[in-house]
Amino acid sequence: MKIFVLVKQVPDTNEVTIDPVTGTLIREGVPSILNPDDANALEEALALKDKHPGTTVDVVSMGPPQATYMLRECLAMGADGAYLLSSRAFGGADTCATSTTLAAGVKKMGDYDIIFAGRQAIDGDTAQVGPQTAQRLGIPSVSYVQKVREVKDKTVVVERALEDGFEVVEVQKPCVLTAIKELNTPRYMTIKQIEDAYKAEITVWDEKALNVDTKTVGLIASPTQVMKSFTPPPKGAGEMLHGTIPEMAATLVAKLTEKHVL
Amino acid sequence: MAIRVINEKCKGCEICVKKCPQGAITMENKLAVIGPACNVCNQCLEPKFCPFGAFEKVVEEGVAGVDISQYKDVWVFAEQRDGKLMNVSLELLGEGKKLADDIGCKVCAILCGENVDSLVSELYEYGADIVYYASAPELKTYNPDSYTKVIYQAVLKYKPDVVLFGATHVGRDLGPNVAVRAETGLTADCTQLDIDPSDKKLMQTRPAFGGNLMATIVCPKHRPQMSTVRPGVMSKLERQANRKGERIDLEVSFAPGDIRMEVVEIVKAVKEIVSLTDAEVIVSGGAGLGSADGFGLIKQLADKLGGVVGASRACVDAGWIDHSHQVGQTGTTVKPKLYIACGISGAIQHLAGMQSSDYIVAINKSDVAPIFEVADYGIVGDLFKVVPAIIDALD
Repeated sequence: MKIFVLVKQVPDTNEVTIDPVTGTLIREGVPSILNPDDANALEEALALKDKHPGTTVDVVSMGPPQATYMLRECLAMGADGAYLLSSRAFGGADTCATSTTLAAGVKKMGDYDIIFAGRQAIDGDTAQVGPQTAQRLGIPSVSYVQKVREVKDKTVVVERALEDGFEVVEVQKPCVLTAIKELNTPRYMTIKQIEDAYKAEITVWDEKALNVDTKTVGLIASPTQVMKSFTPPPKGAGEMLHGTIPEMAATLVAKLTEKHVL
Repeated sequence: MAIRVINEKCKGCEICVKKCPQGAITMENKLAVIGPACNVCNQCLEPKFCPFGAFEKVVEEGVAGVDISQYKDVWVFAEQRDGKLMNVSLELLGEGKKLADDIGCKVCAILCGENVDSLVSELYEYGADIVYYASAPELKTYNPDSYTKVIYQAVLKYKPDVVLFGATHVGRDLGPNVAVRAETGLTADCTQLDIDPSDKKLMQTRPAFGGNLMATIVCPKHRPQMSTVRPGVMSKLERQANRKGERIDLEVSFAPGDIRMEVVEIVKAVKEIVSLTDAEVIVSGGAGLGSADGFGLIKQLADKLGGVVGASRACVDAGWIDHSHQVGQTGTTVKPKLYIACGISGAIQHLAGMQSSDYIVAINKSDVAPIFEVADYGIVGDLFKVVPAIIDALD
C-alpha cells in the first residue's frame, strides 16, 4: 500500500501572546511545530504501515524552506520520504490555491491508495485544504476521521465524528481522510531515527518542477483576500466587587437581579 | 507579494522582524525584506506595527474573476439531520435576511433530504423567500459526494451572490467541496458578516491565528461569496406562522461513479448532549478547580440557576470533563445571558468563545487574570468559598 500524508509547519498558537501596549502579536520565541492534527494523520499512516508490511508512507508539505525541519521530524517518526513544495510563487495562497499546489505535488509523487491529512491547521483553523485537495484530484474525501476500522481491497471503512456521535463511512480508494486528535496518539521519535532523518534527502519542488502555471497558484490565484486584521477589542472594563466573600456574593446576586439577568 | 517595503521609510530598526505573525520578515542590508512565508495578513499595515509606516499593500492583477453582475440573492444551506433543521440554519436565515435587506435581494434556503417537505414551510416561517428543494434517497443523510453535486449544480444554474453554511461537521465539509468546484473562495467559522451595499462585497470576519487576531476576509472577484458561520453567533427571526414563500424543486440525478462512499451506520453518542449554544446560563470551570471533583460544585450552581456546565480547554485536556462541555476557540462559541467563569484565567482562545455573552461574571484567585478584562462583575477569591456563598445568596 502507498500512503501520502499532507503536513504543515505552524507556529504554536497556544504560545502566542498579545503585547498589551501595542496590541500586536508577540511572535518571538514561539516555536514552529508539526501541526497537531497532521501528527495524528501521520501516526495513522505509520500504524497502517506497521500492520501491512510493504506499505510506504511519504509526507508532503507546501511551505517556506524552513519547513524542512518539520519534515525531518516526520521522517524521524517513521516516514519513508519527504517532499517540500516551496516557491515564492506559492506564497500568500488561500485554501483554494493551496489545494491546487498540493494536488500538483501529489500527482507528481505517483500512485497512492490513501492520502491522510490533518483536519485543520491551528494557524488557520479552516479545515478546507483536505477536502479541496481531494476535489482537485477527483477523489472522495472523508473529514473528521476518528477511527480507521478496516482497509479493504477497494475501500476503507472509517468512523467520521459528528457533534453528537459518529457515522460509519465506507469510501472507495484512493481517497483523502482527514484526522482529528481522537484518532490516535502520535508516537515519539527515537534517537536513531532522528540521526537518520538529519541525513535524509528531502525533495524540494518549485512551480517549474510541478509544471504549474504561476497564474493558478499562490496569492494571485486566491479568491479570498484579507481586507484587514486586528486584535479583538477587549470588552469595556467591568466592576470588581469588594468586601467579604458573603458580601460580594450578595452584591453579585443583587446586581444581577437588578439587571433582570436572574 | 502583495506587501511591499517602502525602502525610503525603513530605518532598519528590526522591530518588524519580531512582530510579524508569520515570521516572514528578515533584514538584508539594513532593510526589511518580505519572504515567502508572508500570507498577506496585513498586520504590518496597522499603525502600531511599524513606527515609520514602511509597509504598503500593492494591488496585483489577479486571475480574471467572474462577471459578478449576473449573481443575486443570499442563500443559506438548510442543514437537516433526521428530518429536523439544525438551529444554525435558522440563525443563518435571520442573518441572511439582514444581508439581503442591505442589498435589496431575497434570502433563500437550499434544502437537501428525502421527503422532508414539511421543512420547506418551516423555512418560510423563519424568513426564507424561496426554498430550493432537492429530494432523493441519496440525499437522506449527508454524503459529501451527493450533496456537493446537487448544490454545485444549483449554484451554477441560479447564481447566488452569497452562500452561507453552518460551521458544523457537515457544513465545514460541504463548504470546501462546493467552493473548489465553483472555483470560489470560502471563509471558515465567521463570527460577523457585513455587506457593502455599493458593490455587494461580503465582509467576513473570523478569528485567526488561534483567536489571537480577528481578520476580515473578502472575495472580490469570484462568486458566490461563501462562508461557514459558527453556531450560536447569529440570531434567528421570530417564527411567523403561515408565512409563505416560493418553492423551486431541483432536478436530481446521479450517474454511476458520482457517489463514491456510503454511510453505513449513524451512531448517536450515549453521552449526555450538552447544549451550550442554546443555554441561557452557563457556569464554567477551569484549571482552578484542581480536579474533576470540582465540577460537582460547578454543577450545583448551574442547577440552581437552571443552566448548564461549561469548561475551559485545560479541564478537557486534563480529562476532567468531556469535550462537549468545552467553551472557546476549539470548543463551542456561546453567548448566553449569563456566563459565570470559575477558576478560568481567560486564555485568548477561551475569551474568543464567550466574550459576547450578555453578562459575564468572573471568579478567580488572581486579580490580574485576563478573564477580568471581559467580565462585567469580578470577584477575587477562592472559588470553593465564593461559589457556595453565591448559592447561599440565591436562596
